[in-house]
Amino acid sequence: MNLVQFYAEHSGEVLGLIGQHLYLVAISTSVAIAVGLPVGIALTRRPRWRGPVLGLANVVQTIPSLALFGFLIPLPLIGGIGARTAVVALVLYGLLPIVRNTYTGITGVDPAVREAGRGMGMTDRQLLLMVDLPLALGVILAGVRIATVVNVGTATIAAAIGAGGLGVYIFRGVAMVNDALILAGALPAALMALAADGLLGLAERRLAWRPK
Amino acid sequence: MTPALEVRGLRAGRVLVNDLSFTVGSGETLVLLGRSGSGKTTTLKLINRLLEPTAGEVHLAGERAADLPVTRLRRRIGYVIQEIGLFPHFTVERNVGLVPRLEGWPPARTAERVRELLDLVGLDPRQFSTRYPHQLSGGQRQRVGVARALAADPPLLLLDEPFGALDPITRVELQREFRTLEGRLGKGVVFVTHDVREGLLLGTRIGLMHEGRLAFLGTPDEFRSSDHPECQAFMSAA
Repeated sequence: MNLVQFYAEHSGEVLGLIGQHLYLVAISTSVAIAVGLPVGIALTRRPRWRGPVLGLANVVQTIPSLALFGFLIPLPLIGGIGARTAVVALVLYGLLPIVRNTYTGITGVDPAVREAGRGMGMTDRQLLLMVDLPLALGVILAGVRIATVVNVGTATIAAAIGAGGLGVYIFRGVAMVNDALILAGALPAALMALAADGLLGLAERRLAWRPK
Repeated sequence: MTPALEVRGLRAGRVLVNDLSFTVGSGETLVLLGRSGSGKTTTLKLINRLLEPTAGEVHLAGERAADLPVTRLRRRIGYVIQEIGLFPHFTVERNVGLVPRLEGWPPARTAERVRELLDLVGLDPRQFSTRYPHQLSGGQRQRVGVARALAADPPLLLLDEPFGALDPITRVELQREFRTLEGRLGKGVVFVTHDVREGLLLGTRIGLMHEGRLAFLGTPDEFRSSDHPECQAFMSAA
């Protein structure tokens, strides 16, 4: 059975799995941004927390994804079988690049520019919104891009705990020793990662400040 | 008349700055001269409260600096540093108009003020308003820095080695222009430098800082003839 034929016969199911996959990645990356950006900003204000917070995020990143999904299952509220658990794991994976790049981006802003802003009477909030974030935006978006691309890949593993997504075909294909079935899941996932990388790279170039 | 700046018994840390007192009138330029680490820059930062003094008082145009909200105080003090610190993602126009914008001026008034100031520092507004800092030469950047500091018409200007990073020819050019500007502005100016020639050219008075203290305070002529060893050390270096 070739791939084209497979897609033709299962188009409804394929689109459903692509939808689930996109949902997992979109929700988890959005939450990772919503949490990671403020945490990264907070670290620039409280440098003493930098070691512990980035260390913890690093450790999470080293846990194999299949193991992390497994660890989360028995936990109350966030655990269990299904998409919710998968989203929690994907958020944890997405946090590190976003927190780290937010921190690095802001601390990389020319100290003279920040001193000038402060010396001219900007409030902390104005300094953040008018100087720090616009100048760090390129680095922050690069972190978002990494988090998204990594999560498109990791989300395939989420099928192992019943979260759906394109991993369903991959796991089924592995179990049935069916290469075409593995490919049926892997190919759209790979294309999705490339598309995310391309789009976010474009956003980075369009939105981020750089000397022209 | 109330002086633009009055500093009384200013102190920071144990020895960074110690028991500093001076006044700067409107139209007057006090040059703070001294070696690296003598406390010149610290003094400026104590005036605009980038550093908080451990003792002493600063009065800006008659108002106690410690009583003003810190952002309000800073918006009433023009501040120019050696690295200039122009916002790289703002055009020249937005850089110069920053404090008026923070202060909520109507855009038309800000735009008018920006044009006026660019003219004042010798940059054609039509040519330079829409440029970004990286499209300017070092001298042009520092002109923008001075224009930006003057934007909201503050009674006091603090300049921290503003011409220190420029090439010698541009530096002399800007020193000359600043000298003519000083008189026209009628503002109190505190100008930090370690270059004694620059200090003598631009200062109506010289304050010599040594180990956090004001070792000498007087006119350039008094400075030249002073028998204070640190003054003589500087004069022999000129």
